[in-house]
Amino acid sequence: MKHFVSALALAVALGGPAMAQDTKVIGVSIPAATHGWAGGMNYFAKTTVERLEATYPELDFVLATASDPAKQVNDIEDMLATRKISALVVLPFESEPLTGPVQNVKASGAWVTVVDRGLAVEGIQDLYVAGDNPGFGRVAGEFMKSHMPDGGKIVVLRGIPTTIDNERLEGFQGAIEGSGIEVLAAEHGNWNRDNSFTVMQDFLSKYPEIDAVWASDDDMALGALAAIEAAGRKDVKFVLGGAGMKEMVKRTMDGDAMIPANVTYPPAMIATAIEITAVGLVSQAPVSGDFIIGSVLVTPDNAATYYYPDSPF
Amino acid sequence: MSVAASPARKLQMSVIGPILALVILVIAGALMNPNFLGLDNITNVLARSAFIGIIAVGMTFVITSGGLDLSVGSMAAFVAGLMILVMNTLLPKMGVGVPIVLVGMAVALGAGIIAGLINGLLITRLGIEAFIVTLGSMGIYRSLVTWLADGGTLSLDFGLRSFYQPVYYGGIFGITWPIIVFALVVILGEVLMRKTAFGRHCAAIGSNDQVARYASVRVARVRLLTYVMLGGLVGIAVIMYVPRLGSASSATGLLWELEAIAAVIIGGTALKGGFGRVWGTVVGVLILVLIGNLLNLTDYVSPYLNGAIQGAIIILAVVLQRGSKAGQ
Repeated sequence: MKHFVSALALAVALGGPAMAQDTKVIGVSIPAATHGWAGGMNYFAKTTVERLEATYPELDFVLATASDPAKQVNDIEDMLATRKISALVVLPFESEPLTGPVQNVKASGAWVTVVDRGLAVEGIQDLYVAGDNPGFGRVAGEFMKSHMPDGGKIVVLRGIPTTIDNERLEGFQGAIEGSGIEVLAAEHGNWNRDNSFTVMQDFLSKYPEIDAVWASDDDMALGALAAIEAAGRKDVKFVLGGAGMKEMVKRTMDGDAMIPANVTYPPAMIATAIEITAVGLVSQAPVSGDFIIGSVLVTPDNAATYYYPDSPF
Repeated sequence: MSVAASPARKLQMSVIGPILALVILVIAGALMNPNFLGLDNITNVLARSAFIGIIAVGMTFVITSGGLDLSVGSMAAFVAGLMILVMNTLLPKMGVGVPIVLVGMAVALGAGIIAGLINGLLITRLGIEAFIVTLGSMGIYRSLVTWLADGGTLSLDFGLRSFYQPVYYGGIFGITWPIIVFALVVILGEVLMRKTAFGRHCAAIGSNDQVARYASVRVARVRLLTYVMLGGLVGIAVIMYVPRLGSASSATGLLWELEAIAAVIIGGTALKGGFGRVWGTVVGVLILVLIGNLLNLTDYVSPYLNGAIQGAIIILAVVLQRGSKAGQ
């Protein structure tokens, strides 16, 4: 946060009428760190901005974090009005409320990069960088299928009710269809450890026999693991999380049987978006289009590649 | 309820209202799922209630004396974060053992009391509305914990967590510590509310602070004490919370303030102050936690509607209790 404030102060000091003619400003607008994944995304946004400011003296960055959609709309309007941004990298809090303001940025002639969550109207963005949510569910489902060839009974912890969560669940269900894996129940753990702990405790009371858990997120997986451990249940063979939290990837790397794998949904996708946008501004390389970052299965064999000890997530 | 004819019956209805709602929930639960009344599930539910419950007992005193505290959820997150940071920092020097856990507990209790004291002083000495002061501190503590965790999650060292874990999961005679502590807090709270001058002063201030002042009640001091007490209880709740998952983040304690306030009101305490019932608050907390538990144990309702069911039962519980007043 300190870096952010000083970066902003610096940016304000450098900006204004005294700004050099050929300096281009890139605005970066992202949601604040309200949960683990967003915390990681904030970290990668900050480090990328610092790195690029050093690399390209002709580029200037404004980074703003918003705790709700209304604040994000204000941030973007301020960037356009006071900083005359040449490009905007935005991870919309919600699609609908952000569509209008981003459209205005586009109308001003600036480059628009949309990250992760698409806007409500198609064709606004020049570049779209996103994770693959149906793929995230599918990779998880395929792992379940291969890890339980004889089928079994599983419970599912879902995220906050959103399109993202629905797409993941549909992908997962599609992958396990006809495999003999039975989903006993699916409840919302809201990507939150405490909620998932509670939901998992109740699942354990309700079902005497559970073979595995798809927690669809590592924060939720940690909550579920604590509940299983406390109940002393030996029937649950493993918990499959997701998103690649460093502690969980570490445990997979170390061969923990309860956490045999992970499915990536990298918060560093914001770095991809900022880097590509910067390249587009400083060079003649064409960078428009869609850039979909696939979800990869992390196993003990390849876990070291996906382990980032310095990231907060 | 047409039986509410005589004044004695009316009084009874307001008393048994919340209990009736609780009993209905328990019966419904037992019918819908055989595991509901199992020892494991009862232990889970009671231990889960302890965090909100301990805080809600303190909130009962604050509300009874005409105040409000919206900051308790954020305060709990901040205190938990601070406690984890201090324990992790001291770990290389002190090593895993009882002393470091005691230091952590002292930090939690102290930080809670100081946080409550700051709220209380701003409200009583500067005369700012409790709603505004605690709305402000709610934002401050929530941001502070996000900042302490650098946007991520603060996790207690793994070895230390394993050592500290029995405080949540362990207990004596099969009753876990959170339940024991919760029960002790409730008993002390009930005695304080019913049998002491402090409890009577809280009610007097809540019903009319001017009159209370003329009756030589030290209004500011009693109010200040209610906030300090609530802060201390937040600290105790955190002492029970940290060993459960060993972590704190900006998502910790989200909406605890509203759950605590709802439990207090469901239990029969008047939101505008003047009358408080500690045991009622306990019933309120149990109702809230049981609804969530039941919704997880059954599949009759789409999970998207969980919030609606919770809302409906909260309103129903209060209607049952106020049924007698409507006829007056």
